[in-house]
Amino acid sequence: MTISVDIRKRMGDFLLDVNFETGNEVLALLGASGCGKSMTLMCLAGVLKPDEGRIVLDGRVLFDSRGGINLPPQERRVGLLFQNYALFPNMTVEGNILTVLRKERRERRREKLAALLEKFYLQGLESHYPSQLSGGQQQRVALARILASDPSLVMLDEPLSALDTYLRWQLEAELVRLLEQFEGTTLYVSHNRSEVYRICRKVCVMHQGISDPVCGVAELFEKPGTLPAALLSGCQNYSRIERLSPRTVSALDWGVELTCGDDVTEDSRYIGVRAHSLNIIGGPGENAFACNVLRKAEDVFETILIVSPGTNGSGRANSNIRIELPKDAVRDIREGDDLWVTVRPDDVMLLRHRAPARIPAGHGVPPPGRERISRSEKQKAPGDIPAEKPKDADCAVFQAKQEKSRAG
Amino acid sequence: MDLFPLYNSLRVAAISTVITFFTGIAAAYYIAKTPRVVKGILDCVLTLPMVLPPTVVGFFLLKTIGPLGPVGSRVLELFGARLVMVWYSAIFATTIVTFPLMYRTARGAFEAFDETLLYSGQTLGLSNTYLFWRVMMPNCRQGILAGTVLAFARALGEYGATTMVTGYIPGRTATISTTVYQFWREGNDALAYRWVGVNLIISAAVLIVVNLLENRYRQPGRAAKDVLSDEEDVIR
Repeated sequence: MTISVDIRKRMGDFLLDVNFETGNEVLALLGASGCGKSMTLMCLAGVLKPDEGRIVLDGRVLFDSRGGINLPPQERRVGLLFQNYALFPNMTVEGNILTVLRKERRERRREKLAALLEKFYLQGLESHYPSQLSGGQQQRVALARILASDPSLVMLDEPLSALDTYLRWQLEAELVRLLEQFEGTTLYVSHNRSEVYRICRKVCVMHQGISDPVCGVAELFEKPGTLPAALLSGCQNYSRIERLSPRTVSALDWGVELTCGDDVTEDSRYIGVRAHSLNIIGGPGENAFACNVLRKAEDVFETILIVSPGTNGSGRANSNIRIELPKDAVRDIREGDDLWVTVRPDDVMLLRHRAPARIPAGHGVPPPGRERISRSEKQKAPGDIPAEKPKDADCAVFQAKQEKSRAG
Repeated sequence: MDLFPLYNSLRVAAISTVITFFTGIAAAYYIAKTPRVVKGILDCVLTLPMVLPPTVVGFFLLKTIGPLGPVGSRVLELFGARLVMVWYSAIFATTIVTFPLMYRTARGAFEAFDETLLYSGQTLGLSNTYLFWRVMMPNCRQGILAGTVLAFARALGEYGATTMVTGYIPGRTATISTTVYQFWREGNDALAYRWVGVNLIISAAVLIVVNLLENRYRQPGRAAKDVLSDEEDVIR
């Protein structure tokens, strides 16, 4: 069972350009809010019509703009779990599931219903209305209802985001168990990198409506490849670079020279360094540079230092670096101190600008949205407080969410 | 007391309510899907009868279905039937006057309806017809019910347009409201009071029914619990 998606759609200034292919597994679509993840799911479900492209599920063509094929949602066999679960409020749990099975023979219908109720721990709730159920119970009913329709593809739209943090862990474990029993392809949409890391093996990063190539989850976190992917994977420190030699770069925003673990390629535009990859050392050494501590913030289990490269006064205003260290290691450090920071060459991630968008036929001019992005990337924003880092509103929201997921 | 006006009013109101129920809901359903400009124009045209004086509606009706009007003359020619000054003339008048009530309340209910319910139903393989009758209508029933009862009550009380197309023929076209006017004109206060009393009782009964239905169908909140977005979480 495979799905291959290659669609483009334009809505006002927004351009959706999604291209991925996946087999019998859980593929994550990871992206900030408003990057087009939900829109992609709507296009796959047949509720929205792409401008052009092709969607093929298990050899069945669901949509093909050239062949003039656009199957209605009813014939696609694509299940979509909405963020709010979209249970019919006027029907009981049993009614919600039976409505999907109503074309089956009576005994068969009862059998299937009983099996689903058992599988999703819904026994005893048959005659409850959705408004009488907890968020987790509603989710289970919605999943049971989707599986009752016997889909070849199941899509989950931020399935855990509507739940309280302490409930999430429990439901996540349950969800993973239920997903394992489903024998088709699953698309898991999320903005939460940790969730994706735990639940999915493969991931497709989306940024401003455009998808990156599918890669393994581990790969995304070790070598994100592009700047948006690095940001989504939680990397907070990045700098424009200039190539000095095959293995060394000058980080322009930090004013330091760094050695990389990999060869610097032609299209490397940035480096990214994760906050926990940085360490404090006594003095100069390989990949070490002097910093001045601007802020020291206590997090739950670690301490966050916001430092500016260069010693006191010489640092640049808009190039702050975030470091996370165990509390013990930084007990004696105070704001205003100068110190030396180092990073292993293997932890310096080389990043490309991003995958280029393909513009739909008939739209020769690049949309204004794209220009805006590239401008804001050129005038790099201050790197200290995450919310200020990328200029786009989307990214700001994303960063705020990230902050939260770190805390939680 | 001759009860014909009561019987006539009830049958006219009932028939016109059935007509506006279907046409109003259909109009609300399909107009909601049209582009904005078309929607604005249609909305304006269809709501006009609600704000126009009923006499203006009656005037246009007479000009259309009267024996000399384009529709009236054709029907007279083909079927030999007059469309004015008969009991069913009132149906045309009340249908036009009550249509906007049904249309607007149904449209409000459809607009407040959560579209993801339809989308999810479609992906589950349910037909659009099934979804309309089994999901959309039940979830909009409060608005639709209110619209229906209001339309019925308005049809019962319609005077201006009705009197212009039906006149007042005792035992043939008389309705409650035209009867009250007629008795007052004749100085027959005693009978006028009786019919006023009938009117009051019916109106009060309608309002009580609306309130009872509303209480009965009041639902404990929407399907999903309060969906806290993550942004709100951050603020907390």
